[in-house]
Amino acid sequence: MITIDNLHKWFDKLEVLKGVSLSIEKGKTAVIIGPSGSGKTTLLRCLNLLELPDKGTITLGDKTLNITAGTRLKQAEIVSFRKQTGMVFQGYNLFPHLTAAENVMEGQVSVLKRSKDDARKKALSLLEKVGLRDRADMYPFQLSGGQQQRVGIARAMAMDPEVLLFDEPTSALDPELVGEVLKVMKDLANEGRTMVVVTHEMKFANEAADQVIFMDGGVVVEQGTPNELFHAARNPRTLQFLNKVFER
Amino acid sequence: MVGEERTERIIGILGESFFPILMAGLQYTIPLTLITFTLGLILAFFTAVARISGFIPLVLLTRFYVWIFRGTPLLVQLFIIFYGLPSVGVTLSPFAAAVIVFTLNKGAYSSEIIRAAILSIHKGQWEAAYSIGMTKSQAMKRIVLPQAVRVSLPPLGNSFISLVKDTSLAATITVTELFQKGQQIAAVTYEPLWLYIEVALFYLIFSTVLSYFQGRLEIRYGRGVAK
Repeated sequence: MITIDNLHKWFDKLEVLKGVSLSIEKGKTAVIIGPSGSGKTTLLRCLNLLELPDKGTITLGDKTLNITAGTRLKQAEIVSFRKQTGMVFQGYNLFPHLTAAENVMEGQVSVLKRSKDDARKKALSLLEKVGLRDRADMYPFQLSGGQQQRVGIARAMAMDPEVLLFDEPTSALDPELVGEVLKVMKDLANEGRTMVVVTHEMKFANEAADQVIFMDGGVVVEQGTPNELFHAARNPRTLQFLNKVFER
Repeated sequence: MVGEERTERIIGILGESFFPILMAGLQYTIPLTLITFTLGLILAFFTAVARISGFIPLVLLTRFYVWIFRGTPLLVQLFIIFYGLPSVGVTLSPFAAAVIVFTLNKGAYSSEIIRAAILSIHKGQWEAAYSIGMTKSQAMKRIVLPQAVRVSLPPLGNSFISLVKDTSLAATITVTELFQKGQQIAAVTYEPLWLYIEVALFYLIFSTVLSYFQGRLEIRYGRGVAK
């Protein structure tokens, strides 16, 4: 489903991604972990081109982008590539002037050109799925952080993307609200959605991931199944990170 | 202080002048305000978008325009366009000259309001719009502008109300608007105090009506905002 080959990204003179290669199979959940500044969020944002990589190849679904120094992507190319993905943001980024249902309808109506009735039906069934059917006509400011983030997940799914991207979806939440969001994500993982999740929730990684990727210093240091990575990591940087996280 | 006979005379003058002044307001002040505000808003929007676009020739052009029209007095601008341009062969009617100058002047000021309002919308809103497949112009139209409108309403209301009063400057280029009419009547009746108070009251009423509509718009665009 996703193949990344030798991906590079610079912010001015700072090289944030230094040749990342990895692949993620259809229907699998990949969790990217690593210390802050390791490039994991940038990598995720490169997958839907919110950041444009400077060099490398990304294949997502049936589209391949081959990026070199002279590549200038047109807006139409970016949009058609991006439409294969849905993204859930750390800060939710719901549209504050729209209700929960309208947030989930917006892209369906303006991008996919679905009728308002169909879009609303789909929005309500997605809100049902994330446990918020009864909050459909509330505005974001009337919802808790956990509820807002679940609307964010419904909004991303409304576009029927091939891949769901999660950028630290629980980092901005109060501790007692983290669980409700992770539960929705686990359900999606169990349904066989293709997901790429950047998170610090090691328990989620352990329970829901098919593949755990450890990044540090702009490269993939080590990857494997949760078992392999959490219990049999070989790279000293991986071990050092895990020891810190698990205080062992 | 004011004798009975004099009081009667003043009341008589105010009564007689009421309709001529009101008509001047309806005929010139209000159309001038509405036309220039509408045109000025359109000009301001495109100026703001051009300045945000990052396309250097457009940015420089619009910055130059804003610099000129914010940096020189409105009165001088009126005089240049109405009294100055005929010497190079461009003669405009007083009303047309007023529309052009007020539009350009308001457009310059309001473009800064709109630019600030657009820039005040968090970057995450653009990204969320892109993430559901929107193009730049869809994100602007559907997500950013509705929020920017809310932010810009109070300062645009200010700007609109100051325009109502600024239209009195059109009197200097012979537009017989509200103030000009009051001036003419004051000149023949020798009651400047009471006539100018009457004129002031008309402006006050017009501004109050506009403030009311501003309030209604703020309610409409304020949905989704915590009170």
